[in-house]
Amino acid sequence: MSFLGKLSIDAIPFHEPILVFTMGAIAIGGIALFALITKYKKWGVLWTEWITSVDHKRLGIMYILLALVMLFRGFSDAIMMRSQLALATSGAPGYLPPEHYDQIFTAHGVIMIIFMAMPFMVGLMNIILPLQIGARDVAFPFLNNLSFWLTASGAILINMSLIFGEFAKTGWVAYPPLSELTFSPGVGVDYYIWALQISGLGTLLTSVNFLVTVLKMRAPGMTLMKMPIFTWTCTWANILIAASFPILTAVLTMLTLDRYLGFHFFTNDGGGNAMMYINLFWAWGHPEVYILVLPAFGIFSEIISTFTSKRLFGYTSMVYASGAISILGFIVWLHHFFTMGSSANVNAFFGMMTMVIAVPTGVKLFNWLFTIYRGRLRITVPVLWTLGFMVTFTVGGMTGVLLAIPGADYVLHNSLFLIAHFHNTIIGGAVFGYLAGFSFWFPKAMGFKLNEGWGKGAFWCWIIGFFVAFMPLYVLGFLGMTRRLNHTNNPDWNIWLYIAMVGAVIIMFGIICQVIQLYVSFRDREALDDKTGDPWNGHTLEWATSSPPQSYNFAEIPHIDDIDAWTDMKEKGQVYQTQASYEPIHMPKNTTAGVFMGITLTAFCFAMIWHIWWLAIIGLVGGIAVFIQRCYSKDVDFYVQPQEILATEKAHNLSASKGNNA
Amino acid sequence: MLIRNLCKIALVSAVLALSGCSGGILDPKGQIGIDEKNLIIIATVLMLLVVIPVIVMTLYFAWKYRDTQTHEIYAPKWAHSNKIEAFVWAVPILIVIILGVITWQSTHRLDPYKPIEDKGKHLTVEVVSLNWKWLFIYPQQGIATVNELVFPANVPVEYKITSESTMNSFFIPQLGSQIYSMAGMQTKLHLIANEPGTFKGISANYSGAGFSGMKFNAIATPTQADFDQWVSDVKAQGGSLTKANYDQLALASENNPVTYYGRVDKGLFHTIIMKYMAGMNGMSKMDKNKEMGNIDQLHHEMAEHSARLSNSQGEE
Repeated sequence: MSFLGKLSIDAIPFHEPILVFTMGAIAIGGIALFALITKYKKWGVLWTEWITSVDHKRLGIMYILLALVMLFRGFSDAIMMRSQLALATSGAPGYLPPEHYDQIFTAHGVIMIIFMAMPFMVGLMNIILPLQIGARDVAFPFLNNLSFWLTASGAILINMSLIFGEFAKTGWVAYPPLSELTFSPGVGVDYYIWALQISGLGTLLTSVNFLVTVLKMRAPGMTLMKMPIFTWTCTWANILIAASFPILTAVLTMLTLDRYLGFHFFTNDGGGNAMMYINLFWAWGHPEVYILVLPAFGIFSEIISTFTSKRLFGYTSMVYASGAISILGFIVWLHHFFTMGSSANVNAFFGMMTMVIAVPTGVKLFNWLFTIYRGRLRITVPVLWTLGFMVTFTVGGMTGVLLAIPGADYVLHNSLFLIAHFHNTIIGGAVFGYLAGFSFWFPKAMGFKLNEGWGKGAFWCWIIGFFVAFMPLYVLGFLGMTRRLNHTNNPDWNIWLYIAMVGAVIIMFGIICQVIQLYVSFRDREALDDKTGDPWNGHTLEWATSSPPQSYNFAEIPHIDDIDAWTDMKEKGQVYQTQASYEPIHMPKNTTAGVFMGITLTAFCFAMIWHIWWLAIIGLVGGIAVFIQRCYSKDVDFYVQPQEILATEKAHNLSASKGNNA
Repeated sequence: MLIRNLCKIALVSAVLALSGCSGGILDPKGQIGIDEKNLIIIATVLMLLVVIPVIVMTLYFAWKYRDTQTHEIYAPKWAHSNKIEAFVWAVPILIVIILGVITWQSTHRLDPYKPIEDKGKHLTVEVVSLNWKWLFIYPQQGIATVNELVFPANVPVEYKITSESTMNSFFIPQLGSQIYSMAGMQTKLHLIANEPGTFKGISANYSGAGFSGMKFNAIATPTQADFDQWVSDVKAQGGSLTKANYDQLALASENNPVTYYGRVDKGLFHTIIMKYMAGMNGMSKMDKNKEMGNIDQLHHEMAEHSARLSNSQGEE
């Protein structure tokens, strides 16, 4: 065994023009970024106020930044897949051979779910949830910073696979025996395992952190049934994470033991059984889709009630519907493999349980409808996303129920119909939700609103692009096209593959609009400035703070009497009042432990992937040492002094009352 | 107006799409496939009863209650109504109950393991997914083929399915259901072709680099006599498939041509299933082989093992 384990110069794919180009682009981009930060002398600010920050708002912004970067990566994969399939028709090979293409579809799935959707969701939750419950930070601020860096570590690992070696060629589910050493001897599956393990640890810590925050740190008077609906849906999602991510950790550990130590959990030989992996994987995987979509449901609820200037219809129904979805989400996993040969009784049971989920979901849709009913709907960008979601997701839900009928699934399983279905729900549900939340809460996090025109442009490109890209996939599914094909030879399919490609390009224009929107909004930030902290006449407590919020969120923790706490306070005239004096506020200090643990554990994972044992030991021991050092540190907190609070509050209340009069 | 036009376009394109569905699952040529197509249509129509009103109501409400419509009723504190709540829970529950009954009945009727009734005796075909091709063994006829499946129309066929290596899914879209093939296990599927023809067969579960080329033609001959003729042709022209040269065939290869074997070792399918069941005493040897990457030799040795050790069927 050499010094660098399995790693050698041959591991770098110089023979792949696309990858060499990508590496070049990353290098140039990286150097440019480095130069810019150095030129504007921002390294100090970056380190002290962002990288080491334990402020939930800043961590949330960093999560969303990570999500957007990974969205570009995942979308590049998507457009490569669509263009390969549009070129490789009628027997043509296209430009991506299977060894490359198979990595791309695997990476696309892993990135979009684990490193785009999850950080986006966690980012929004980070920024908003503590504000909504009237807390000054999360329960464990250091853990929150650590969670972010563990997620970032996973993202870094998956991107390193572009340069060193390869990524998994197994599909994002990595079913054995294909993902076992016998059939996947390279490092690709190891990248998959370690990237998911380390980011999964971060996600699990986040869920525990936010559960404790919600249970222990709500403002006085805020009973559970007075919590804002977004906080409720995030809480259900966190319960799901806490219950399901350990299953993923366990199943990946078993796969690791198979691959590293010759165990036989899922191998063909030695008494292994791949069906066990598939069951366990989906016991995590199905709750995972509800983890993604429930917070999005919460976002839509907040947006609809805010922009109709009306209470949310059927709040109690919404809370219980979310709970029902969460619990039912655990007893439907078998619908991912009706075709494995289970008995009719088993298949029928899981099919019917899956359909039952359509009931609470349907209730939610009706409740949104009746929130609009007799309201005053302002058609803003967040509302467009919400309406787009209600139309799109209904279709996705319908095709989902169709797939839940085993008799239909026997012919639709693994077809492009399935691909169309889950993009219909994940894009039309989760992603539209996050993008809605992004434009809704952007002023809160950044202090200025986003440009409406480019936002509307982005929305229309996304929704039209979505339908153009994915409706043809439903047709292709009916035509008998299965997923993960590298090339096709069926003239009936060609036209639909071309249309789908056009759809992907339209979505690309949507993403370009969003980039321009960010640029234009940043340029015009003076004009778009949110002086009041409450740009949409909001209902919940996050709008009580300035934009961006004070570091301590609330100078005095308010007393809550209503679900729409902020509206209630506005109606009672209890807002924007500066007190004569304030108590000092106890706040957590920033810490370098999170980022150092991220670095050492990334090194550990990278070393495990390449069998560089000495580095693995250093990385793991280093990570644990940093953690222990942090645990014994006494220098973890400070007090914000009353004078400073008074000055901050005065400024905010003055600016807010000016803004409201203007 | 816009909405009406959009609806028209959607309707036209849907009709176009479905009429262009020759060769897919909406153009079934076997009883199972026909039943499944009808099931899809019934379920879709049932769901559209809720889905269309929801979509229409979404757009209508958003239009009617937009903020410039100041003459509309505005009730900012109205957030609960027992009648509406009961309605919004009852409607989905009702639809799901109906769908649930359909699901229970159709799942039992279409159970892939259930033999097809009233169509006479089943022809048995043993299916093995290899990297990356399909092996079909006809135990009653004593022949085997690679990447071509032939059977008489109107005769039900019982497929016993396993895998040599990775998991695949045995699927002839125009005939109906698919079932996974898994190493060391046997799954079952029953299909019938209602008319003669050549149908596309695929693997519907990704299994590695050569997966896209795992295609075969499923040919339903017009009569039993045509099938018998084909069998004797295969017997006359094909070589023999023994346990020894099976290991050669099992090596990874892509886009395999159709191959016929006029003779097949008895119990080959059984051997393939049972090879991974080789006793735990073989474990140390297996690991050693795996480290050496000598998979071919491993398979060979294991096949020999299982010939001695196994006597029970590998059913789930």
